[in-house]
Amino acid sequence: MKVTADKVNSSLVKEVEEISGQKVSACFQCGKCTGGCPVVSSMDIFPHLVLRFAQLGLLEELLHSKTLWICASCQTCDSRCPRDVDIPKVIEALRLLLLRRKGGNRLHPANLSDRVRADAPQQGLVSAFRKYAK
Amino acid sequence: MPVTREGFEPLIVAFCCNWCSYAGADLAGTSRQTYPSNVRVIRVPCSGRVNPGFIIRAFQRGADGVLVAGCHPGDCHYHSGNYHARRRFTILKQMLDYLGIEPERFQVRWISGSEGAKFSAVMNELTENVRKLGPNRKLRDAR
Amino acid sequence: MRRTGVFICWCGSNIAATVDIDLAVAAAKKMPGVVFADQNKYTCSEIGQEMIREAIRTHRLERVVVAACSPRMHENTFRKTVAAAGLNPYFLEIANIREQCSWVHKDKETATDKAIALIRTAVAKAARNEALFASELPIERRALVIGGGIAGIQAALDIAENGFVVDLVEKEPSIGGRMAQLDKTFPTLDCSACILTPKMVEVAQSEKITIFSYAEVEKVEGYVGNFTVTVRSRARSVDMGKCTGCGDCMLKCPVKVDSEFDLGLIKRRAIYTPFPQAVPNKPAIDRENCRWFTAGKCRVCEKVCPAGAIDYSQEDELRTEKYGAIVVATGFDPKKLDNYGEYAYGKHPDVLTSLEFERLLNASGPTGGKILRPSNGRPPKNVAFIQCVGSRDKAKGNPYCAKVCCMYTAKHAILLCEKVPGARPFVFYIDVRTPGKDYEEFYNRAYEEFGATYIKGNVSKVFPDGEKLLVRSVDALSGALVELEVDMVVLANSVDARAGAKELAQKLSITTNAYNFFNEAHPKLRPVETHTAGIFLAGTCQGPKDIPETVAQASAAAVKVAALLGKDSLLSNPTVAEVNEKLCTGDMSCLAVCPYGAISEKMLEERRGRETVRRKVAEVNMALCQGCGACTVACRPGAINLKGFTNEQIMAEVEAICL
Repeated sequence: MKVTADKVNSSLVKEVEEISGQKVSACFQCGKCTGGCPVVSSMDIFPHLVLRFAQLGLLEELLHSKTLWICASCQTCDSRCPRDVDIPKVIEALRLLLLRRKGGNRLHPANLSDRVRADAPQQGLVSAFRKYAK
Repeated sequence: MPVTREGFEPLIVAFCCNWCSYAGADLAGTSRQTYPSNVRVIRVPCSGRVNPGFIIRAFQRGADGVLVAGCHPGDCHYHSGNYHARRRFTILKQMLDYLGIEPERFQVRWISGSEGAKFSAVMNELTENVRKLGPNRKLRDAR
Repeated sequence: MRRTGVFICWCGSNIAATVDIDLAVAAAKKMPGVVFADQNKYTCSEIGQEMIREAIRTHRLERVVVAACSPRMHENTFRKTVAAAGLNPYFLEIANIREQCSWVHKDKETATDKAIALIRTAVAKAARNEALFASELPIERRALVIGGGIAGIQAALDIAENGFVVDLVEKEPSIGGRMAQLDKTFPTLDCSACILTPKMVEVAQSEKITIFSYAEVEKVEGYVGNFTVTVRSRARSVDMGKCTGCGDCMLKCPVKVDSEFDLGLIKRRAIYTPFPQAVPNKPAIDRENCRWFTAGKCRVCEKVCPAGAIDYSQEDELRTEKYGAIVVATGFDPKKLDNYGEYAYGKHPDVLTSLEFERLLNASGPTGGKILRPSNGRPPKNVAFIQCVGSRDKAKGNPYCAKVCCMYTAKHAILLCEKVPGARPFVFYIDVRTPGKDYEEFYNRAYEEFGATYIKGNVSKVFPDGEKLLVRSVDALSGALVELEVDMVVLANSVDARAGAKELAQKLSITTNAYNFFNEAHPKLRPVETHTAGIFLAGTCQGPKDIPETVAQASAAAVKVAALLGKDSLLSNPTVAEVNEKLCTGDMSCLAVCPYGAISEKMLEERRGRETVRRKVAEVNMALCQGCGACTVACRPGAINLKGFTNEQIMAEVEAICL
């Protein structure tokens, strides 16, 4: 993991800012988001570090993290952030960056088990496809 | 100022009080908050100094939009000047409306000395609105 | 036509980069009346000013227009320049082609067009400028200090030292302010009361200072050198001449209410002094809670008072006095935590604000200086200190940094370890700011010498968990999640402006910023003055700051006051209203709108044919007139005009600006 001048503020970072509508430079890593995240123990890159990595342009590390798929968008972090950064939006932007890449699709209808197909509520299926599929 | 509809650039005259809105305009400058150069400011000691006759004269001489900017009610440096301004311009607005002048052309705003961003935003908005209305033909002197 | 000279400034590249100066000079030369036009890189410099003076002499200029930065910047500078060359200083006009042109427009062509229009406007106005002369005003050599905290105390002492009389007005029954509530002060760990009370006593004993305690400013009128202020001294119900301060009344009073001084952590009586070292050390009766005033019963204090000093019939006293200068030193309020529910403040008794914790530390506080958990009265072991509660918070608090919390939290951590052996402070911070002399070293002691644990990670939520409190956070530096069980949580809540600051500002005609702190005249170069001449600022009412800065600012304000009061006389503002008696019809619409009572009626005697007639006209008092111009618009015949901003001048500006 190395920070270099070309990575910081690269066009990819600007794309994340444009999709999410958030300024990644606003975060000062106070940690309030991570401290309150209910699913943080399953994450590999904590929410406050997601912003830090984005600030430093370490996007490849972010795009390969588990965090993007664990975030439940509960908005607890957003409600507490003193800098008004909507972290779930930034994470959604990173997911979209991945999904938009060639071969980015992470969910295929064929992957669903029969049980899920039978019993899962409609809303759950739609959300899952929104989040994971291209 | 070109008077054709295409590429029409409005002329906006703004009367700003020395203590609040003029200071706010200066702050917009210090913070480099840009606004169109269509706006030209005349400094007055207080918004209460602005005689409605000045407004009419500005329209007569070719202004397409006029703004009076003063301190927020309660904050007038001279205590009550902006209250008088408020009352006078309520009546002037009604008179201009009666004459058939579009209400967007004459605006009164309260801008404090620390509201540089607001000054810039108001000027941007006013210029844009007046640009859409086109040139002021009704009150303009035939010259 | 007046021989006008136009001087266009580059201001380095500030103007020259956006405005085509050569074009502007060429255009200026063609303007009516202009006989000389030139440019200069820095007109405000000595060289630039000399150029103006030289041109006045050589070209016999009668009017001068300087096109440069805002008149709010250099109008006075250039007025002095032209005066030095023999011209009346009011023959100068400024065209603002920097703050209102080159700095806000990007396109060179249109910016230059506008600059030329602004210059033309200034030329048109200058042509109609008349010579104006300031007159001399007397100065009332008495100062008013509003606020009896350390800022007001220091200012009063320094003004008195300079030989002037000072009235010090304080809202509470005693002076002392916030510093009286503190235990020890950083970075020296000086006992706050020990360094404050000698100053309080000095104020009380000073011949030149009069304390008006339990009093507030009711009305302010007038202007620099001549303010008229009405102060309301609230009825204490205690005869200050007879009271000896023995305190028997306070022991016997049956009413107990939350003590404001102790932030509700302990009760006080209805007749009370706020703290033991109060100055004046005489009680006041809180009429809203006293049984005699609310229910017509009791009067025990009257019975037990050995000096017969209780006087229920006392009434508020209004006192009007003239002052030459006013210092505002009204202090701050700790921020209320209504929208910080995640910290459980108010839900669990062991969650305290920093000032409440400070009261626990204080020997005359609710626990006699012992740190005890409000829930069970036992000393805490683990204590979480949460920084930046309500500060640096764009979302729901103050976006600014409150400046003092990092330092006082380090102090709290140290004092906790000193008072409770074995106690473990955990400080949750975003950044640690130690911007003063010996401050960084003090903070180092907190974690090196006293073992405070500093975690970079603002707490997300505090969970009351039976007897304990659970604090959840992350250490942002290591990435480790943090979950701590603590006995007490201390919130470093932000610094807000005092409640009522906005109302006081309106009374004084000074301005506040978006957070209700009073505005200084210039943030760097004029930190203790306001835009209202004669009114100065000291202390946290201007913005959050620590004690050394407050004291420095108070002394600075005192110097400004002393300079003002030490003058022989003040020069009045010459841009005053003037009545043309030939046009005046005497209907006095002008009098009705003048905020300063500067207009009065005058009877004129005139001959008309063979008769002598008397008629009423308006008359302007040039010392009272502040030059607002409201009268000029109210006057129907247009008989009253404002010098320096006459109807003719402004109309000429309108004509020129629309060309």
